[in-house]
Amino acid sequence: MGFIDIIASIIPAAMVYAAPLIFTALGGVFSERSGIINIGLEGLMVMGAFVGIVFHLTFYDTFGAATPWVSIFVAMIVSALFALVHAVASITFRADQVVSGVAINFLALGIGLFLTKQWYDKGQTDMVARPFYATDIPLLSKIPILGEWFFSGWYMTSYLAIILAFVVWFVIFKTPFGLRLRSVGEHPMAADTNGIKVYRMRYIAVMLSGALGGLGGSVYALTVALNFSHSTIVGQGFMALAAVIFGKWHPLGALGAAIFFGFAQSLSIFGSGLPLLEDVPQIFLLIAPYVLTILALAGFIGRAEAPKSLGEPYIKGSR
Amino acid sequence: MFKNRWFVLFALLLSIGLVLGACGASDDDAGNEEDSTGGDSSENTEEETSEENASGDFSVAMVTDVGGVDDKSFNQSAWEGLQAFGEENGMSKGEGYDYAQSESDADYVTNINRLVRQDYNLIYGIGYLLQPAIEEVASQYPDTNFGIVDSVAEGDNIASITFKEHQGSFLAGVAAAKKTESNMVGFVGGVDGALINKFEAGFVAGVKSVNADIEVDVQYAESFAAADKGKLIASNMYDKGVDVIYHASGATGNGVFAQAKDIKNNDPEANVWVIGVDRDQYEEGAVGDTNVTLTSMVKRVDIAVQDVATQAMNGEFPGGEVLEYGLSDDGVSIARTNEEAMTEEIITAIEEWKEKITNGDVEVPSTREDLETYVNSL
Repeated sequence: MGFIDIIASIIPAAMVYAAPLIFTALGGVFSERSGIINIGLEGLMVMGAFVGIVFHLTFYDTFGAATPWVSIFVAMIVSALFALVHAVASITFRADQVVSGVAINFLALGIGLFLTKQWYDKGQTDMVARPFYATDIPLLSKIPILGEWFFSGWYMTSYLAIILAFVVWFVIFKTPFGLRLRSVGEHPMAADTNGIKVYRMRYIAVMLSGALGGLGGSVYALTVALNFSHSTIVGQGFMALAAVIFGKWHPLGALGAAIFFGFAQSLSIFGSGLPLLEDVPQIFLLIAPYVLTILALAGFIGRAEAPKSLGEPYIKGSR
Repeated sequence: MFKNRWFVLFALLLSIGLVLGACGASDDDAGNEEDSTGGDSSENTEEETSEENASGDFSVAMVTDVGGVDDKSFNQSAWEGLQAFGEENGMSKGEGYDYAQSESDADYVTNINRLVRQDYNLIYGIGYLLQPAIEEVASQYPDTNFGIVDSVAEGDNIASITFKEHQGSFLAGVAAAKKTESNMVGFVGGVDGALINKFEAGFVAGVKSVNADIEVDVQYAESFAAADKGKLIASNMYDKGVDVIYHASGATGNGVFAQAKDIKNNDPEANVWVIGVDRDQYEEGAVGDTNVTLTSMVKRVDIAVQDVATQAMNGEFPGGEVLEYGLSDDGVSIARTNEEAMTEEIITAIEEWKEKITNGDVEVPSTREDLETYVNSL
């Protein structure tokens, strides 16, 4: 295999890995920018994966080839509602946001497995009949080299992830809504004084993170795992959280971080065919994402600065 | 106001708990009348007493690992074995045979102890995770017989049931070698260790026995639950020209199936195959009207469990022994569900090699060292 061919296999593979992380990390950005820590991303992904798979299995006959798309949409809605639990606990009742997030993680897996057992009477669901399939984009895939790298063998969901990252960037940094969202996360009291409804903004942000987390989970389930079991989502939510931090709470940063994680993963497997990389032991590429996240947190790679009031519940009228 | 809110939340939680609790109980009852869900201990004790009155004869039970009795894998297979055994001997669930489901690692000892106190004559621990628990309890109750599946436990009253996975994998290798057109096949392992090395060694030996020129690409995902890594590895292998992949990697293998199906969907003519493991994974390979599952290396836990139970009932319990179920006693086999892909030629070849293995002409290697000597001797 030539160099170009190897790159042509690495890029789509890295994007398959990265896409769910991108979606979920964007959700994390929304929530954390509004000042609510979201450790529960993992749980939201589990919920998304569960709903996506169950909906697909149930309604495949009705929607046919469009089922995967409808499924991820339904998964978004259900996960957004599920994130309400986190919102109610941590915003209205000012519970510790980390504890509440951990509870989300346990709860989602518990509910998913319990219902799987109740509905299907087994420990895991069947595989879905028609998952997302990789496609070649007509015309564009004919471009030499670039076409092979970026327009053949990709999932539509991978493109969607990249587009969505730019949409989220636009929303957070270029719209009044985004400005309010950020101000609520930096200094809620000042925002409140200016007439911004802090609670409402935070509720919206947490539900958006639920929707995007659910999207990430269902995309993972419908591109990679194809069924739901206790081992469908194991750690991807935390990887997404790491991408949020490594990306410095910036949507495009998170996009870059998630893609980087994807590349680290696929390079560790494909790397043996590449010059230079074939001498690097696989283990270093595997641990690279984690090491870099720690370095980013420790301040070695620029300064990763969290929104100022992240993790602090806002109490109206207090000083 | 503040206190009030907490009170409301508390009340809400309690009422949710009540509702959910009520659902659970009714479901449990329903489940017990049928055959699946495990009841709580009090119900079991009741059934147990009635059982003693009824037969008072031989009884056998099993403790699952966290996978549960419906895991579509060895727990389920073991339970099917017990059910078949019970049917043969006119027993019914709770009267003669039963199981206890473990929800976490902490349940193993508790479950085994409970079954011992219910006077079961033979108690199985399903899966190597239960090995320490079985050893511990077995040393305390020398009069009860125990069995452990997929592991070796020390003790005069324990029978260790293992499988010759390398023999089954050898036949999978034969099938792969006969099916490949590119002369490149792949092996995806879960975690690199003695158990999965058995699969690897057998598979490579099988491939090389048919045609020593075939290249075998061996990769480990270092996890049994990383479908994404499975998919990456598979995409790497298929891109390199590998056309048959044998996976022994649990849920990681889902990714292998996902990748193969993806390729097959885009190009129905593509020659990509997956060989499943532990049970027949034919369903997993379906893409529209075609199927990418060439075959599966099936581990017949049910046959082994049934066999040991029969021996124990006849007073010939193989305590302290390590039993190895292989091709000769149908402990491992090769699935033939995909009749289109498994051509006459492949099946004949498999039968030939099976014959050679069962009559001892071929000694299938089970470690990498043995594999090296085996391949060199070809």
